[in-house]
Amino acid sequence: MSEAAATRQQRKVRQAIGEGPATRFVLLTIALAFLGLMLVAPLLVVFVEAFGRGLGVYFQALALPDTMAALQLTLLVAAIAVPANLVFGVAAAWLIAKFDFKGKSFLLTLIDLPFAVSPVVSGLIFVLLFGANSTLGPWLEDNNIKILYAVPGIVIATIFITFPFIARELIPLMEQQGSSEEEAAVSLGASGWRTFFQVTLPNVKWGLLYGVLLCNARAMGEFGAVSVVSGHIRGVTNTLPLHIEILYNDNKAAAAFAVASLLAMLALVTLAVKTLLEARFAGEIAAQRRH
Amino acid sequence: MQVRAVNISKRYVGIAALDDVSLTVRPGELVALLGPSGSGKTTLLRTIAGLEHPDSGTVYFNDRDLSDSRIQDRGVGFVFQHYALFKHMRVMDNIAFGLRARSKDKPKESEIKRRVLELLDLVQLSGLERRFPAQLSGGQRQRVALARALAIEPSVLLLDEPFGALDARVRKDLRRWLREIHDRTGHTTLFVTHDQEEALELADRVVVMNKGKIEQSATPDEIYDTPATPFVFSFIGESSVIPVQVGNGRATLDERLLDLDIGNLPDGPAQLYLRPEDVVMVTDGGPGIPGLVVSTRRIGGMRRVTIECGLARHRIEFDAPAEIPINNSQRLTIRVIGGRVYGAGAEGYETEKLAASATSDFKWAKAEGWLDR
Repeated sequence: MSEAAATRQQRKVRQAIGEGPATRFVLLTIALAFLGLMLVAPLLVVFVEAFGRGLGVYFQALALPDTMAALQLTLLVAAIAVPANLVFGVAAAWLIAKFDFKGKSFLLTLIDLPFAVSPVVSGLIFVLLFGANSTLGPWLEDNNIKILYAVPGIVIATIFITFPFIARELIPLMEQQGSSEEEAAVSLGASGWRTFFQVTLPNVKWGLLYGVLLCNARAMGEFGAVSVVSGHIRGVTNTLPLHIEILYNDNKAAAAFAVASLLAMLALVTLAVKTLLEARFAGEIAAQRRH
Repeated sequence: MQVRAVNISKRYVGIAALDDVSLTVRPGELVALLGPSGSGKTTLLRTIAGLEHPDSGTVYFNDRDLSDSRIQDRGVGFVFQHYALFKHMRVMDNIAFGLRARSKDKPKESEIKRRVLELLDLVQLSGLERRFPAQLSGGQRQRVALARALAIEPSVLLLDEPFGALDARVRKDLRRWLREIHDRTGHTTLFVTHDQEEALELADRVVVMNKGKIEQSATPDEIYDTPATPFVFSFIGESSVIPVQVGNGRATLDERLLDLDIGNLPDGPAQLYLRPEDVVMVTDGGPGIPGLVVSTRRIGGMRRVTIECGLARHRIEFDAPAEIPINNSQRLTIRVIGGRVYGAGAEGYETEKLAASATSDFKWAKAEGWLDR
């Protein structure tokens, strides 16, 4: 076959599975323009505004005691909410994927509830549940337990909002993998715990990691529900997102963007870690999928 | 180890997967559970393993009642159709899993290593101990799965469609190889298959199942030569079915007498089941049944001929020597020299409509249909 003929054939093949150059160009332009406008530009604006008045102003804004307190609270909330949802999410996914029981689809719907309900409503649910006018309220007050307008309320609201991330990531994965590896393990004499830690968990570790990262990103960024239950007490119950809003409303735009850049960086680090891990273990991930 | 399943019943949402099934496997025996999808064969195997719990009935290993015994304590080696190897472990760790999982009498790591290498040698995979399952072919994976099951020195070896996911050539090799391993290790072995050729070639005894019941349990020769029911006849090998009349101890087709032993069937309508080799072409002008050739196809050294016979134009398939030219629409005379007659009411007795086209392909569609019913 001559070289020209080979090229012609190659072009033919390419056309069979794709579109012409014009269509490709248009599609690519639309996609890139959309990405640029909706994702890259806002992120750039955050950093440009944050560093716009020099590094000095930037670090001054971050070093404010209220900001440091908000950062600490955000990290604390994430540090409680993510492990809690790790346990709940894995347990729920395991139950749903590996067992058959009545009310399974109801449980699945329930897991999606936090996604379906507006975060503000989620926050209000807890106000109604723990507030002074609720049935629980007087009892909590008598026993000197503060949930609303305190750290426990923020943690509970965050756990509620971020519950679906890990479970939702694991359920399809576990369902697709079936139970035969677990059955093999128990037939070989392994206990339930051993089977879970040596067979089930390693099989879903990448999905689990992804779920944890998403859960963490949302736990640190949650605004609506936390805003309702926190009470906005500066330096005490303000998380980073709430603190940004307060700064912005006080016309401290530079400080607001500085703190926003901090939050954005936490998100970027999360995504970077995920990408790095995926690149590092690409072979292993592919091997597991192929099997 | 003798395996006994006694009066096992199991229902799934109202459908009987196992209907009062009893089965005994003698020590060292290699038994095949054969049947179409939905016949209950896998459920029976999983019940013996302890992966399913029967609604009623008991499983015994020798005289030990296993009703309250967890699967971990049964000491069964179970091999799955899709291998179920631990994907994230190397071959050696897969095989060592059962030994390391022991809570008591756990062997030393050096002893485990020795056992693993020994087993790898047995399944002819020496040198591959550091591979991951994804780096092995299907046949190699199934051999690792078998080595893993053998590592715990199981009292019983149970295999669920062990060659079902492999291509035809590998399947044949592994079949022979499994027989050799069995002869060498002597484990009481029970395997499930829907492939009658596999069951007949490999097993000491074949247990044919259908709709949650055992139809026949016998040696491969008996299963093929004297099928107990029409179902077994049509499930094993090729078969044609034609309706006949039984009267005065003889079977007749369109009032032509057939030279067949019909046992003590009552008078009335019955069905004649024929294998291709039960019918021969009459070439010397002798007596026989006239028919019209519908189609011919070449199978190995023979020519498979389908003809329509009798007033109701029943189709019969038989083999003719390839060197004799036979054309469509040609008139032929055949003679029935074998086959079995089953009276109405026998398990698997077919309605006339089904019988008219009981070719092997159709048989499969039919088998699948039973599952849906």
